[in-house]
This record gives sequence, structure tokens and C-alpha cells, in this order.
Amino acid sequence: MTDADRRRSGVVAVVFLGGLAFGFGLAVSGMARPEVVLDFLQFEDFGLLFVMGGAAAVTGLAFFVATSGLDGAPLTGREYTRRIKAFDRNVVVGGAVFGVGWGLSGVCPGAAYASLGVGNLPVLWAIAGMFLGAYGQGVVRSRLAAATAR
Amino acid sequence: MGTLTPLLASALEAPFPRGVLPYLLGGLLVGLGATIIYLSTGIIAGASTFLESTLSYVSNVDRFHRDTYVRSRGWRVAFTLGIVAGAAVWGLVLDPGPWTTDVQWWRLLGGGVLVGVGTRLGKGCTSGHGVCGVGSLSTTSLVNVATFMAFAIGTAQLIQALGVSP
Repeated sequence: MTDADRRRSGVVAVVFLGGLAFGFGLAVSGMARPEVVLDFLQFEDFGLLFVMGGAAAVTGLAFFVATSGLDGAPLTGREYTRRIKAFDRNVVVGGAVFGVGWGLSGVCPGAAYASLGVGNLPVLWAIAGMFLGAYGQGVVRSRLAAATAR
Repeated sequence: MGTLTPLLASALEAPFPRGVLPYLLGGLLVGLGATIIYLSTGIIAGASTFLESTLSYVSNVDRFHRDTYVRSRGWRVAFTLGIVAGAAVWGLVLDPGPWTTDVQWWRLLGGGVLVGVGTRLGKGCTSGHGVCGVGSLSTTSLVNVATFMAFAIGTAQLIQALGVSP
């Protein structure tokens, strides 16, 4: 095993561990259950605000501490950055499409994987749908890019 | 104190019929998971890019073979398997199930397709924008979250008004 291999498996191990806490948290919070998400969207249970708020507060603190004083990440040497993506029309259009889908199903990607872990097999419909949707938009964008390049 | 506690409890009961603690605890754990990954690797974890990066294993479409997807697809699979395993620990070990949703298949499938399109077009989902983006105080993410919240609430209320349940 070379040093690079060892580093790579360290990254995979720690990402799996982080995913473990992440998925456990989604299950504890009830987000793995579409019914709980739909109850929030129908104003019957506002608990989801604490899930997103609590999670964002923890990551926000980590982003703040790391970007304002720590050197690169120990396992990769990567520089610590915040999550800032460029703004364009797609951010709003995509958000609207995502919102309609979330409101229809009560399912988003992370929660869907967690739901599968809880043993909720019907969520495979939603996961299949997500792959179909992601595939469709990839095909369309590839064609658009090819058409513009021509 | 003696009269205040039940008063507070009943004031909290209407907006939070399942209580607040599981939501807050779960949210902190979700944040902790993202933080473990971030502090050790510098990676900012989102759950939806997994869709595109995983499609690169099976599809020749150009879009999925962008460098960023191919380079990250390995750890994204690990992240997703971690999420499944973490939820399984809770659902199948600590909170004996199994449990399945009553939401109808066409809502799951149709909603899933729109989620797949929307999250990829909009550059993120409830974890990327909603947790990490909001935690970064990114204007792009705040706009995306406000947009998807408004549309999700509108859709869910409309479906309910049409009498579709669950």
C-alpha cells in the first residue's frame, strides 16, 4: 500500500463515519419519514425547522472556526472553504422544481437514503425517480452544450 | 415554576405535536456528521451530487463525466452507504421497525423525478444548500432554500386541499 492509497482509504473511512452520524441523525429527527416532512409543509408540525437550523448551526460553527484559523485539512491537505456557489437563474428555477417535488413526495436525497436504511422499501420509487430526473437533466444539458459548441 | 411548566408544555404542543427534542438532537447529529467529514478532509458534503457522480459509472453522457464528478464519485458512494447504515442502526436496531411509508407510489416517483431535476439544476438540495450553504451564510443557498420552501409548502398544501392522502 502506497502513502496515497493509505490516505485515500482514510478519506473513505472518515466520510463513511460522517455519513453514519448524518444518516443516524436523519432517522432520529424523523426526516427519513416522508409523513413527517409533509406534516411540516402542511403546517402541522414545525419540528423540521429545528433539524435544518440545528444542523446549519453546527456546520456553520465548523466553517467559521476552520476558515478563520486552521491550516489545511489533515487527511487531504485541502484548504478549508465555505460553501459558496455562483448565483444564476438556474438556482431559482432548480429550487422551484425541487420544491414542487419535495412537496409532492416529502422526500429529498439524503432523507431518501436514510429512509431506505430504516427499511422503508417503497422509497425506492422516489430514489428511482431521482436517478431518472438527474439522468434526464444530464442528457438535456449535454445536448444543449453540444448544440452551443457547434 | 409549578404553573409555568405545564403552560409552556401546552404552548409548545400545538406547533410541535411530536416534541422538539428528537428534531433538535437529530439536526445536531446531521451537522456533526457533516463536520466530521469537513474538519478531517475539507470536503463539504451534499447528498444529491451522488446522483450524477454515480451515473458516471453506467452512462456515457458527457455531463456525468465532468472531472469533478468522476474524481468525487468514490467518496460519494461511501457517504451514501454511511447514511443508509446510520439510519439502519437507528431504525432496525434502536427503534425496532420495520417501518414503511403510506405515501402513494406515484407521489414518490413523480416527486423523485422533480427532485432529481431540480436539485441538479439548482446546484444542491436540503443538505448542500439547506445545511452547508446556510451554514456558510451563502446568498445563493439562502435564495435557493427560500424558493424551494415556498414551492414545497404551496405544493403540499394544494395536494392536501385536493384531498390526496397520504
